[in-house]
Amino acid sequence: MTVLCLIETDAGGGVSDASMRAALVAAELAGSAGEDLAAAWFGPPEAVGSDELASAGFALGYAIGSAQLVGYAPLAWARALAGLAAEPPGGPGSASAVVAAATDRGSEVLAHLGAITGLPMAANCVSAVRTAPGECRLVRQRWAGSLTEDAVLNAPTALLTVAADAVTPGVATPESAARGAEVAVLTYQPELCDGDLVVVATESADRRAGVSLATARVVVGGGRGVGGPEGFAVLEELAGLLGAAVGVSRVVTSQGWRPHKQQVGQTGTKITPELYLACGISGAIQHMAGCQGAKTIVAINTDPGAPIVAKADYAVIGDLHEVLPALIEALRARRDS
Amino acid sequence: MVGGAIAVTPDGLDVDVSMSGFTVSPHEECGVEEAVRITERLGGSVTVLTLGPPQAADQLRDMLALGASRGVLLQTDGAEWGPVATAGAIAAAVAGRGYDLLLFGNESADTGGYQVPVRVAHALGLPCVTGIKRLEVTGGDGAVAAGGPGLRITASREYRGAEEVFDVPLPAVVSVREGINLPRYPSLPGRLRAKRATIEITEVAGTADDLAKLALRVPQAASKQTKLLGSGPNAVPALVGLLEELGVLP
Repeated sequence: MTVLCLIETDAGGGVSDASMRAALVAAELAGSAGEDLAAAWFGPPEAVGSDELASAGFALGYAIGSAQLVGYAPLAWARALAGLAAEPPGGPGSASAVVAAATDRGSEVLAHLGAITGLPMAANCVSAVRTAPGECRLVRQRWAGSLTEDAVLNAPTALLTVAADAVTPGVATPESAARGAEVAVLTYQPELCDGDLVVVATESADRRAGVSLATARVVVGGGRGVGGPEGFAVLEELAGLLGAAVGVSRVVTSQGWRPHKQQVGQTGTKITPELYLACGISGAIQHMAGCQGAKTIVAINTDPGAPIVAKADYAVIGDLHEVLPALIEALRARRDS
Repeated sequence: MVGGAIAVTPDGLDVDVSMSGFTVSPHEECGVEEAVRITERLGGSVTVLTLGPPQAADQLRDMLALGASRGVLLQTDGAEWGPVATAGAIAAAVAGRGYDLLLFGNESADTGGYQVPVRVAHALGLPCVTGIKRLEVTGGDGAVAAGGPGLRITASREYRGAEEVFDVPLPAVVSVREGINLPRYPSLPGRLRAKRATIEITEVAGTADDLAKLALRVPQAASKQTKLLGSGPNAVPALVGLLEELGVLP
């Protein structure tokens, strides 16, 4: 038996950060069951490096491809994974679990896999342990992380997505990492029918300029305290100096001050930066659900009683329109000296 | 509940809603708004459907006030339903009704399961796209006017800083995200009409999913004390020092 983990790759090649985090939970599950951890990705074998696989604890890799699979096709991907999980080449036996990051693609493909196989799918797991054949003990996020659920999943193949923002990288189980020293990569050619390829994505070439919110190392956040659309100039300026992305709270997008794609929160983007500088943000549950993956939170707020101040690691009590210009000036002076 | 914590019932199995009101989740509200906009542009009508306890009829009325014309409640006894059972009940309720487009909120606010729309699509044999933030009904003016075969949708979502685009024939299942539109405020006539409207009720009974909840917990934040860096611009030197320490300065 194996635990199969769907790997998504980055635009520049290599395993995506979300998939590396999903691999941690997959490794935990494989370790608890004494099974091998296998990676599966769509693309050529060389799309994922052997050293990357080994460092994430994978013992085996499957590169899935066929002439029909030219773009991302959610149902076709699920069909391919279903076939691979049932009968993986190389003889490790059928998969006891299929794990993916809870990204759009990961969640969607596992939902299709659940529907194809008639199996339950447990979303947003942060921990998974095999307790008996066909039984897993799970910890998963509810309300986007505001609550934690302990659950038991009974299924011959466990289908799990991983809440990547809630899993901290760098804690792969030593035994699985040691096992993964030599990673064999096999190819797998799925059998697909036309119906599997009705929905196929084309990716638009017009990549947005600037730093992506989801993967930024630093995020400068603005909330109601920014005061209006014109108030964001100072946040943009600071973000430019720090190489940061600008994120906003839900009230900002509901007011139409900023586009929704900048929203950090349960219904926006979940961020995992080294630093989140939250300016004029109260810290509602819906917002905190999106920024709980930040390593360090610094709040700048006029109200010392604002929930964000209690939840932050550091706080500056003051008006962001006074603090940020002074900060920008200090950073410029430091840069020019 | 700004800034508060979500409370759990004493038995640790449910969210304590004794002090809470209910509302339609943002993704779903945007789904209804999108449906109303499509019918305003192309004709047709919007049915809103939910699965839940009798009180969920209030949320259906809120959506009728936005411009939907028919409300359907798949009424439960209030117990939590899993995604497999939920999708089964919804698929049974809409099968054979001739809907051109089944819009869902992308993921529920509570489990964030991301799977009910996909499972409904499979049950009905329809194509499905998820995570959608831009939607356009296409297929040539003739097809749109006739509302018949040939209708398609172009739907897109964010992917790695760009957009991925799907072109799919109708009927289809589409789950949408907040941000696809800014929902309108209900008009006064809309609210009056919704108040008088009849909600169609079907009682449904579900079976337990194979995923059993043992307990809900409020995550304990590592007992950290917020460090105050100072007040106003005077805090800037300490703030710059912190940024240096964190290694985030270029």
